Amino acid sequence: MSKINAFLEEWTPYLWEALIETFQMVSISLIISVLIGLPLGVLLVLTRPGKSLDNKYLLGFLNVIINIIRSVPFIILLFFILPFTKFIVGTTIGVQGVIVPLVVFTAPYIARLMENSLLEVDRGVLEAYEAMGIKTKDIIWNVMVREAKPSIILGLTIATIGLIGATAMAGLVGAGGLGDLAYRFGHLRYEPSVMYVTVAILIILVQGLQSIGNFAAAKLKKD
Amino acid sequence: MIKINHFSKTYKTKNGQIDALKDVSLEVQKGEIFGVIGYSGAGKSTLIRCVNLLEKPDSGTVSIDGTDITSLSAAGLLQARRKIGMIFQGFNLLKTATVYDNIAIPLKLTGVPKSDIKERVDRYLAIVGLTDKQDAFPAQLSGGQKQRVAIARALSHEPDVLLSDEATSALDPDTTDSILDLLLKINKEFGITILLITHEMHVIQRICDGVAVMENGEIVEQGETIEVFTAPKHGTTKKFVNSIFNHQLSDDVIGSLSETGKIISLKFTGHSSEEPALAVVAKKFDVYPNILSGNITQLKSEPFGSLLVHFKGEESETQKAINFLENQGIQTEEVMKYEQDKRIS
Repeated sequence: MSKINAFLEEWTPYLWEALIETFQMVSISLIISVLIGLPLGVLLVLTRPGKSLDNKYLLGFLNVIINIIRSVPFIILLFFILPFTKFIVGTTIGVQGVIVPLVVFTAPYIARLMENSLLEVDRGVLEAYEAMGIKTKDIIWNVMVREAKPSIILGLTIATIGLIGATAMAGLVGAGGLGDLAYRFGHLRYEPSVMYVTVAILIILVQGLQSIGNFAAAKLKKD
Repeated sequence: MIKINHFSKTYKTKNGQIDALKDVSLEVQKGEIFGVIGYSGAGKSTLIRCVNLLEKPDSGTVSIDGTDITSLSAAGLLQARRKIGMIFQGFNLLKTATVYDNIAIPLKLTGVPKSDIKERVDRYLAIVGLTDKQDAFPAQLSGGQKQRVAIARALSHEPDVLLSDEATSALDPDTTDSILDLLLKINKEFGITILLITHEMHVIQRICDGVAVMENGEIVEQGETIEVFTAPKHGTTKKFVNSIFNHQLSDDVIGSLSETGKIISLKFTGHSSEEPALAVVAKKFDVYPNILSGNITQLKSEPFGSLLVHFKGEESETQKAINFLENQGIQTEEVMKYEQDKRIS
C-alpha cells in the first residue's frame, strides 16, 4: 500500500501532465483534420463519374495525393515534412510543432473514411431530393452527411484512436504526451511500473472512446 | 399538361449501345392519370426520369404546362422541379429523420416560410392518414405507410404534376390497392395530373384514363385506356390484356373441342356486356355456344369482360354467328392449339 502511495506521489504530476498533452495534441489535430478531411471526403464522392461535380482529373489528383501521404509511416512523415512544419507554424518542436504532421497524417485518413461513409448513403434518397428542386449544397449537408452520420461517427472514432497512437511518437520532437512518458521513463530509464501505468491509461482511453463512438452511432442510427 | 416531343436516349455500355428511348412522343392532359406500361427494360423508367431531367435525353423536349423544361437554366430547373412531385418504388425517405421531419426538411430547404411548415405537414399527413405516425422513423413503418409518407412529402410542395416511378411495385396486392385509391383521391380532389410507369396491368386497369404501351424504347400503342385495351393491335398490348383474364385451357381440351367446332375468345366492354348476345346467337343461328371460361373485370369505371366460348355447329353457321357478334361490338378471336399467346386469351 505504501509502495503504491509512494509511486502515485512521485508520478501523478508527470502522468497528469502527459495526459493533458495527449489530449491537447489529439483534440487540436482532430478538429483541424476533420475540417480538412470531411470536405475532402465530400469532394472525393462528388467528383466521381456521374456525380454533380464529375471531374476525373481532380478526382485522380486527390486520390494520388491521399495515397502518397497514406503510404508514409508517421514516424517518417514527422521528419520528412519538417521544413513544411517550420513554414506553417514557425517551429518544429513542442505540441505546436507536432500538430502539423499529425494533421497531415490524419486528414487524408479521415477523407478516406468519410468517402466510405458517404458512399453508403442510398442513391435513391439523393435523387428524390434532386427531384424536389433542392440545391446540391443543401443535399450534401441535409441528406448525405445527415444520413451518413452514424457511419461518420464510427469512422471518426477509428481516426481518433489512430491519432492517439501517432501522438506516442510526438515525444521525438519534444511534444510530450503519454507515449513519450512511457518511452523515456519506462524504457530508457527502466521504470517498468511507469510503462505499465501509461499502457493501462491508454487502454482505458481507447476502450472508452470506442464505447462512446459505438453508443453514439447506435443512437443516431434509426433502422 | 405534360408534352414529350421526340425523346431519344442511348446508353453506351461495354457490350455496345442500348437505345433506351427511340423517338418517344407523348401527351398527358391536365387532370388526367396517364400510365405507361411495359416489361422491364422497355425504357419506361428512363422515360419518366427524363420528364424532370433526372436523366437528360439526347434529343427531344418536354414541356409542362407550356414551360419547356429542357431549355431551362439550372436555377429555372430547380424552380420547375418544385412543382413536379415524384414518388419512387424504393420510397426514398431519410432513415435518420422522423415522418414529420421527412416532410418538413424539404419544405424548409425549398424556402417555405417557417410558420407555414407545420401547418402543411399536418395537413398532408392527415390526407394520407398518418397523423398518428408523425414521430415514427421510417424503419418502424410498413411499406405502404412509407409510400404514404413519400406521397405526403410530394404533395406538401403543392405540385401540378406527380410522377410515379413504379410506386406500387414493392407492395403487396392489398397495399397496392390502398395506394392506388390514394392516388385516385389526390387526382380528383387536387386536380393533380399524374404520370406513372408500371409493369402491372392492375395499376392501369384501376386508375389510368390514358395509357401508352412501351417496348424496346418505343411506344407501340397509346390512347384512352378503354380504347387501347378493348381493341389491342400490338402483340405486347394483347399480352397485357390477356394477363387480366386468366383463362387456362390445356392443349388437349382445345384439340378435342376443335374437332366439333371453333373456340372463340370474346371481349366486350360497357353496355355490350349487358346484352344477352350469346342467347341471341343460339336462337338465331344453328350453333350451340358453350362457355368454357369467363371473367368480367373493370377498366377504371367500365366493365370489361372476356369469355371463352366453344361454338358447336357447321362452319358456315359458326362464321355467321361470329359476324353477328362482331356487329354487336364484341371482339372475337379464334383460339388455336399450340399458340401460347392465343391459348390463354
